[in-house]
Amino acid sequence: MANPLRREVRQLYKNLLYLGREYPQGADYFRERLNSAFMKNKDVTDPKEIRKLVDCGEAVIKELGTLYYLREYRAMKKRFYEEELLGLLNVGRPTD
Amino acid sequence: MSRVLVGVKRVIDYAVKIRVKPDHSGVVTDGVKHSMNPFCEIAVEEAVKLKEKKFIKEVVAVSCGPTQVTETIRTALAMGCDRGIHVEVSGKDYEAMGPLQISKIFAALAKKEEASLVILGKQAIDDDCNQTGQMTAALLDWPQGTFASEVTIDGEKVKVVREIDGGLETIKISMPAVLTADLRLNTPRYATLPNIMKAKKKKIATMKPADLGVDMVSRVEVLRVDEPPTRLAGVKVETVDDLVAKLKANGTI
Repeated sequence: MANPLRREVRQLYKNLLYLGREYPQGADYFRERLNSAFMKNKDVTDPKEIRKLVDCGEAVIKELGTLYYLREYRAMKKRFYEEELLGLLNVGRPTD
Repeated sequence: MSRVLVGVKRVIDYAVKIRVKPDHSGVVTDGVKHSMNPFCEIAVEEAVKLKEKKFIKEVVAVSCGPTQVTETIRTALAMGCDRGIHVEVSGKDYEAMGPLQISKIFAALAKKEEASLVILGKQAIDDDCNQTGQMTAALLDWPQGTFASEVTIDGEKVKVVREIDGGLETIKISMPAVLTADLRLNTPRYATLPNIMKAKKKKIATMKPADLGVDMVSRVEVLRVDEPPTRLAGVKVETVDDLVAKLKANGTI
């Protein structure tokens, strides 16, 4: 593996591993998938290819962040804004 | 332009299933995953955004509690706060700590740090008090913009769009002021590992409530904690007539 990219790949792995701790299906599930994904590409030597794969990894990081945010937002909305949701469904409203 | 104080609370993670202690004195916290209160995340995000837009110079993250709350302060630092203040409270004082004590601490810190804004989450998901922001404003005699879903700084004033029953209310208040963040104020950024690493260099000062002249005596005593009643299973019926008969039998119609 090309040397300058080695550091980036390693950092990408660490970042993904860190984010994976909160994965809904469990940190172990995530780590298995992460390891197999990295192992699958372990023989890639072309720097351009590696760059593309790293960018792919960065996109996954963004997606995970969004996933976690949406989960939290939806949970909060459900818990604290029930009247709003009921209003949208026209449930529990007095009919005049 | 100046300094913003942001309060962050360490609470049991929103996704964890809460269990009541067998003696009904509280909920089980030992070994349970904790994280930053979701509304506090939104408060931090707003403060950091104001700094990025250059309306303010410095964001200070504050949390009250035992040593573990420094993790929460570190998360706030990773999200972009400049420095942290850990107000050490532990043992019985921590268990009895509520909005009154917190707001006294924040009022004292706001004066000490000469803050222009104090931004808090609208409520904590563990106690659902929704009081700390309001009490802090009252103690400081500052205007308050609570349930903020939009904040705009206009010179020495703040325009706040508030989420209220039945819609939105827009108010303009002078600074210094207290704001509390509602769910739709912004989208909090996730603290990634590189940001956490960078945040390790940022300073967290430690102090005690006594240093701020605050007494932690609580006027509230928790008598008992119970689980909510289990929801009864629904009953399915075959026809509309069955439904009407059941509702009649139930006394509903």
